[in-house]
Amino acid sequence: MDFLNYDFMQRALLAAVLVGITAPAVGIYLVQRRQALMGDGIGHVAMTGVGLGFLLSWSPVWMATLVSVLGAIAMELIRWYGRMRGDLALAMLFYGGMAGGVMLINLAPNGSNANLTSYLFGSLSTVSESDVTAIILLAAFVVLVTLGLRRQLFAVSQDEEFARVTGLPVRALNLLTAITAAVTVTVAMRVVGLLLVSALMVVPVAAAQQLTRSFAATFAIAVGIGVTVTIGGTVTSYYQDVPPGATIVLLTIGAFIALTALAAPLARRRARALAAAQPSGDPAECAIPASREAAGKVGA
Amino acid sequence: MEDGMTEPVISLRGVRAELGSRPVLRGIDLTVRRGEVVALLGANGSGKSTAVRTVIGQVPVSAGEIELFGTDRRRFRDWARVGYVPQRTTAAGGVPATVGEVVSAGRLSRTRFGVFRKADHAAVRHALELVGMADRVKDSVGALSGGQHQRVLIARALASQPELLIMDEPMAGVDLASQEVLAQTLREQVAAGSTVLLVLHELGPLEPLIDRAVVLRDGCVLHDGPPPKAVGQHALPGHDHVHPHAAPDAEPIRTGLLS
Repeated sequence: MDFLNYDFMQRALLAAVLVGITAPAVGIYLVQRRQALMGDGIGHVAMTGVGLGFLLSWSPVWMATLVSVLGAIAMELIRWYGRMRGDLALAMLFYGGMAGGVMLINLAPNGSNANLTSYLFGSLSTVSESDVTAIILLAAFVVLVTLGLRRQLFAVSQDEEFARVTGLPVRALNLLTAITAAVTVTVAMRVVGLLLVSALMVVPVAAAQQLTRSFAATFAIAVGIGVTVTIGGTVTSYYQDVPPGATIVLLTIGAFIALTALAAPLARRRARALAAAQPSGDPAECAIPASREAAGKVGA
Repeated sequence: MEDGMTEPVISLRGVRAELGSRPVLRGIDLTVRRGEVVALLGANGSGKSTAVRTVIGQVPVSAGEIELFGTDRRRFRDWARVGYVPQRTTAAGGVPATVGEVVSAGRLSRTRFGVFRKADHAAVRHALELVGMADRVKDSVGALSGGQHQRVLIARALASQPELLIMDEPMAGVDLASQEVLAQTLREQVAAGSTVLLVLHELGPLEPLIDRAVVLRDGCVLHDGPPPKAVGQHALPGHDHVHPHAAPDAEPIRTGLLS
């Protein structure tokens, strides 16, 4: 555990844990409303924010937060007014955001594509004191929203029309989800990078639901997986000198594969338990009644 | 007292709605009074689903007035008094959810900031008991049959203990056993004084419950009166409406259990 003696590793681990909590916590609502790739779209838009930060010599983290929040609101507005097909609108934001980022960072006096790389793929070891402060504040906001409003966000993500008829402020909740997703992207930017953020939002949820039947359990297990892989990836990258972002994402996919393999026997056991619980009238397997078999013979 | 009994719960006057540029509702009048069970009948594309969706504000209206409990729908905020059962879709959310979690969503309108108290948990449990699904509370909704899923959606609507139930094709794709449970549930709700507006493809097992049928055709009200059933019904005094069976290309209204 000698890595804990280094300040940069302490900062890296703290940032990694916060990302491991927040990314799946927001991702579960995006997966539930079948917008799994929204995080990826916001990640691309955030690149323009990073570029703008370099150009204006502002903190790239806060600038990325601002721009990706605006981008997320734009995506939500496009969805409301339905002027453009959702996937096309998303494509515009993806590529506009990416091109904007590359352009702005090249215009910046002290910027180059090399700077951009650390934001695209993460750069845990360069997480600074002020980055950590920003990450803590933003992560606190994300946890507050995703846990505090879980019932409302669940209702809106599960059945938007029904949520409107129960009088929930659906538009405000959708906007809040989009903003929270944008904030999460910038929280995760320094750890896994903008291009890999979405993996940490979506894959732990996909892995967790191999085992679960309830939303609450999926939430808890997804966050558990998120924290495990971010810590695992960070420590691995310390010992093996591999990029932490890529390590974390590959570990997450490994967890998904392992849990999927585990899920098949579990599902069989549940089916058996269910069959045992309902002994009468509802046989688990098809059986041709003897009389019908006889009738078939007569017919032939 | 008389007035209280006949107070309109839903009132549509001259309601028009378009989907794109195609008129779907062409001036609908519909009143549902307290305690009434009204069925909205008609062929596919007659506008019956659109009509209920205007009531709950899910379809923009181009003309006419809609009132809920005597309040203009746009100013109506008391949604806990309304229980809505949407047309069942096979599409579930992208994340597993239990029966209990889905039904709890129907209780949110009675909570403050989504905080559940003892009474809220009890109401969710009671709603599940009403549809005979209390033993499935921890099961995933993805593992349910069509009929069980529909019962869960009705429990979700009942969880806020509404005075008005609006149901869009509650019997579509529902097995016989579940149809009976649903009819029984509805009977209990009506006996307790609930007002019900149903969109139905056919009267089916709910027929004895229905006080009045409104038949739509091409976005217009074709019939508003007792449910069309036995032959000769339309010959009774005061029934100068056009019977839906007379419509040449309208779908006949079947009263059998199965379509």
